[in-house]
Amino acid sequence: MNYFPDEVIEHIFEYVGSHRDRNALSLVCRSWYRIERCTREKVFIGNCYSITPERLIQRFPSLKSLTLKGKPHFADFSLVPHGWGGFVYPWIEALAKGKVGLEELRLKRMVVSDESLELLSRAFPNFKSLVLVSCEEFTTDGLAAIAANCKRLRELDLQENEVDDHKGQWLSCFPDSCTSLVSLNFACLKGEINTGVLERLVARSPNLKSLRLNRSVPLDALQRIVARAPQLVDLGVGSLVHDPAMETFAKLMTTMNKCKSITSLSGFLEVTPRCLTAMYPILPKLTSLNLSYAAGIPGSDLIKLIRHCKKLQRLWIMDSIGDKGLGVVANTCKELQELRVFPSDNIGQHAAVTEKGLVAISMGCPKLHSLLYFCHQMTNAALITVAKNCPNFIRFRLAILDATKPDPDTNQPLDEGFGAIVQSCRRLRRLSLSGQLTDKVFLYIGMYAEQLEMLSIAFAGESDKGMLYVLNGCKKLRKLEIRDCPFGNTALLTDVGKYETMRSLWMSSCEVTVGACKVLAMKMPRLNVEIFNENEPADCEPDDVQKVEKMYLYRTLAGKRKDAPEYVWTL
Amino acid sequence: MATSASAYENDIKNLKATELTLGLPGTHLQENIPIIDQEKSSASSSSNKRPLQLPHEETSPAQDCGSKCSNIAKNTDDDAAPPPSKAKIVGWPPIRSYRKNSLQEQSEAAGGIYVKVSMDGAPYLRKIDLKIYGGYPQLLKSLENMFKLTIGEYSEKEGYKGSDYAPTYEDKDGDWMLVGDVPWDMFVTSCKRLRIMKGSEARGLGCAV
Repeated sequence: MNYFPDEVIEHIFEYVGSHRDRNALSLVCRSWYRIERCTREKVFIGNCYSITPERLIQRFPSLKSLTLKGKPHFADFSLVPHGWGGFVYPWIEALAKGKVGLEELRLKRMVVSDESLELLSRAFPNFKSLVLVSCEEFTTDGLAAIAANCKRLRELDLQENEVDDHKGQWLSCFPDSCTSLVSLNFACLKGEINTGVLERLVARSPNLKSLRLNRSVPLDALQRIVARAPQLVDLGVGSLVHDPAMETFAKLMTTMNKCKSITSLSGFLEVTPRCLTAMYPILPKLTSLNLSYAAGIPGSDLIKLIRHCKKLQRLWIMDSIGDKGLGVVANTCKELQELRVFPSDNIGQHAAVTEKGLVAISMGCPKLHSLLYFCHQMTNAALITVAKNCPNFIRFRLAILDATKPDPDTNQPLDEGFGAIVQSCRRLRRLSLSGQLTDKVFLYIGMYAEQLEMLSIAFAGESDKGMLYVLNGCKKLRKLEIRDCPFGNTALLTDVGKYETMRSLWMSSCEVTVGACKVLAMKMPRLNVEIFNENEPADCEPDDVQKVEKMYLYRTLAGKRKDAPEYVWTL
Repeated sequence: MATSASAYENDIKNLKATELTLGLPGTHLQENIPIIDQEKSSASSSSNKRPLQLPHEETSPAQDCGSKCSNIAKNTDDDAAPPPSKAKIVGWPPIRSYRKNSLQEQSEAAGGIYVKVSMDGAPYLRKIDLKIYGGYPQLLKSLENMFKLTIGEYSEKEGYKGSDYAPTYEDKDGDWMLVGDVPWDMFVTSCKRLRIMKGSEARGLGCAV
């Protein structure tokens, strides 16, 4: 390869897309590093505090697409107090200053102010795509700026963000000249929108492939909109509430019949179950169905619906479908690859799905590789069966609603069951545990889970040995998050070098002390070791022997961050 | 699996910790807060940062207390008072707060507003869910379909002119009102029942008073 001129190598590198492969290329030799960095257009940064924006821009002058993640994963479950960080403004500011030709920005768990959206909309004339997942702080005013100023906007995708709806006319801010939209998802907005404006926007967007509406779009508007976009591939229905005897409903059915391309369906934030029949024409072609927000659909209607979905590859559904319903899924959806079953009742009062549903799925859906399963109980026998039937799991996340529940048949911990999963699924990359678990399960994980990159543990284990099994055994571990486990200082400090091979470690309500964290921080200068002290006053130095309520550490080249709130102490 | 001897010893050691003492706060040590799963807590002795108690859904009262040593600790908990209602643990089950809030809002918003509809002369009443209608035109159309009649168009001045029928409703104050006078949202929240008046009574409503 050294005999080839740079242009040839550049051309070859064009075929290398994945971040990991590109990272590998850059390590081969100096000239490859140089060529790679000049040609890299897409960069993924899993922790926005691991590097400064300036350094990023310096290394990748051709940057066009940036993905940033902010808060730790457990922030999703209210474990990270407000104001922790993850502000995107400094990034956008730096990119603007550096005259980067930014075209795409994807953010997850970050704080996005209206100001940053304003700046984003003005600073990058070629900006095409904005994807915000689980972000906060922005309002519809910020969206108005994006709509108004991004002349080449193709994608505006808002997923599960908490957005303050100022009931402005943000949709009207798309100029008449904007005809480039390919994807528009505003399902998470709570306010009303002007359906006339939306209809006209859809009418002048011939390339629109993905449209996800919010709750405020009624059935008659839905019908008119879909009629204007027969080329849609992905549809999110906001609200399907109507008297099925009405004329508009019949119109909708006719319209849905004409939609030959829709393969992905979601939404139903408000629904009259009888109206679901309007969707039946498109069910047989669906490969992706997300009914996880459709609390208004009773289990019997879900089952009726599923029977038509023979091509389904991805299904997100609520546990109101029941074990029996999962049996129907198993018999119908032979192509199923990803399944998520969410709890319909947060308190979990009636037993909706149990191990039986999961076993049925494993028997009927051999292609299953990603699972998120909230259930009332699990048994070792079931997990062993599932492991045997589905050796291809890449992601396996089990959340038993009673976090420390043992196997109800044998009253044993679930060590053997999870052990079977890691032993059988050699390609497992992500694992979340629950139920009663001893150190044994960690021994199994350390022994067998060679490809494991992310592990989430709660209320498990008996001693430091558990955590050590994992740290020693899982060579590819990148993210480890632990809550309410009896892991302490020995576990934390035995192999400090390990943490530089990982993205981050979260430990909350464990047995780790302030003193141990200080030792770790001192030994490893390229780690930020953050301790959250929500109860102590800001200037009060914590005692070394005091237990740490929440600790988050991550490797970084950026040093101690300057935007940490008062309750965060970087040691 | 630990040998039964050491497991047994372990359990004996921890039995004291499972004792529930009913006394005034401060009269017993913090360590006596029972931890349901003894197998987990073996290493750590005193911890004032233990998670909330997690009572199991199923207590196993009559199981072989003798044979399965590892169950001894669990079974001693059964001597205690019936487990309190499930303690809510922050962040468990691990559901995104966005999803939790969204479903909560939905359950508050859901639950149809069913009202009785009577029609003069009809042998029985019907019930409809006001929530599924977007406004008055849909409601009236639906009533027309349901009772096989024509109600006609509403006008502020003349009510439902040209029709033998007039839709009325009983509001929160118990008064009988003509359907259509107030904004739809206000109507939905104040309507307790509907009555389709017929004949001379209906025409009477249309006349200016």
